[in-house]
Amino acid sequence: MTDPLVSLQNLTVQFDSRPVVDRVNLKIHRGDIITIIGPNGAGKTTLIKAVLGIQKVSAGQVSVKKNLVIGYVPQHLTLEATLPLSVKRFMLLSGRSLSECESALARTGVGHLLHASVHHLSGGEKQRLLLARALARKPDLLVLDEPAQGVDINGQASLYDLIRQLRDDLNCGVIMISHDLHLVMAATDKVICLNQHICCSGYPADISHDPAFIETFGRPVAESLAVYHHHHNHSHDLHGDVVDSESHNAPSGHAECDHAHH
Amino acid sequence: MPIINAVLDDFFWRALIGGLGVALVAGPLGCFVVWRRMAYFGDTLAHSALLGIALSFLISVPLNVGVIITCVVLAMALVLLSRTRALATDTMLGILSHSALAIGLVTLSFMPDVRVDLTGLLFGDLLAMSREDLLWIYGGATVILLLLAVLWRGLIMSTIHEELARVEGVPVERLRLVLMLMFSLVIAVAMKIVGVLLITALLIIPAATARRLAHNPEIMVAMAVIFGCIAVTGGLSLSWYLDTPAGPSIVVTAFAAFLLVYSAAGRARA
Repeated sequence: MTDPLVSLQNLTVQFDSRPVVDRVNLKIHRGDIITIIGPNGAGKTTLIKAVLGIQKVSAGQVSVKKNLVIGYVPQHLTLEATLPLSVKRFMLLSGRSLSECESALARTGVGHLLHASVHHLSGGEKQRLLLARALARKPDLLVLDEPAQGVDINGQASLYDLIRQLRDDLNCGVIMISHDLHLVMAATDKVICLNQHICCSGYPADISHDPAFIETFGRPVAESLAVYHHHHNHSHDLHGDVVDSESHNAPSGHAECDHAHH
Repeated sequence: MPIINAVLDDFFWRALIGGLGVALVAGPLGCFVVWRRMAYFGDTLAHSALLGIALSFLISVPLNVGVIITCVVLAMALVLLSRTRALATDTMLGILSHSALAIGLVTLSFMPDVRVDLTGLLFGDLLAMSREDLLWIYGGATVILLLLAVLWRGLIMSTIHEELARVEGVPVERLRLVLMLMFSLVIAVAMKIVGVLLITALLIIPAATARRLAHNPEIMVAMAVIFGCIAVTGGLSLSWYLDTPAGPSIVVTAFAAFLLVYSAAGRARA
């Protein structure tokens, strides 16, 4: 096995001597998709910030592979109304060339928005823009904080699928926080259930039977999560139009939203 | 160069050249004030400049140096205090802003042998601009514009999204400090033009006017500079022909441009 991209050893973060993240051990390798789930206040965001290197660690260690490039997709892009910003300018601020930025936008299905103002984007478009921004950096590791927030249910499914594809294309590691339990269960390799400490972790199919998981989320949730495989005979492009999977002739740039779900 | 000498011998031209120099840096810095919601912060720093003047007399250092040092110290104190979060930021700024102004006035009154033109300090004394002032303004402007050019990407990124910037390796905290230093510098040089009470206006009105017409941060900065220059030129002309006070005239002109642009843009949209 190759060296992990990031490895956490007994990571502990305390706020006012109250542990928010408690002795977490975790390794992220290339090709992994790890999803962190857990109730509010479980320390998910704090854990992610420690991985990103922007959170002071109280004890334990965060070791990061040398020259690791991280692509970060924050929860929101809340832009001050007084700051004018076009999609193009925002992408170019990554320091990458215009052609790299354009292909990243096309890859996440928002290539047509190059000249739009960031202020006028919808929630789903903003998330895809942030993803494109992370992508343009050609990351070894993608870190996403609730990437599907404010995205409708079909958009969520295609967003998670897109993340899987990006993992395959870039051969990068992915670690994300999510509340969309059903989709997480279908689209993730490994789930970590966090409640300050790691209360359980493993493959999605196994974890929903784990007593610790049932205790954290309650039996009804756990039972409803008999692994969800979604079968679609169609999907939607970003405008919400139905796109036929078999005879798909949609304009280029939308092709990745549309593929057979397993 | 006799022509330059002749121009610089004329107090009106000195005022205009100095005013345009300040507009050159007030544009970009004013944009940051608007983007980062620092208007009240700018006010507080500007008010502390009066305290800086008083202290400069007390320990007899050049006025500009005293003002810059006082502003820097206060800016640092504000950054540290805002981290403790004992008081809401606007409450704290309200306390410090007016206290700094009051302490400055009281300290000056303790020095009866120091004759200062208080109105000039509060509202600007542009027409008394000396050649040395011009050197300060253009020296300061060069430093600020160079810093802005070099640090631009990081400054904009940390304004858009602080955490994203941090992950991408932008030294967010250090840039915040540099921005504070630039504010202190611009306040020290702009004080001469519009006075401590009106500096914030010169920073934010041209920037706010530019916002209505710009689609990207860089364009907004360029337009803020242009509106600043219009305000300085218009205000000085007003002062020259109608014998109005120069500093307030500049602010009035800036405000008129603001109203004009917003009503025209509003009509265009409707």
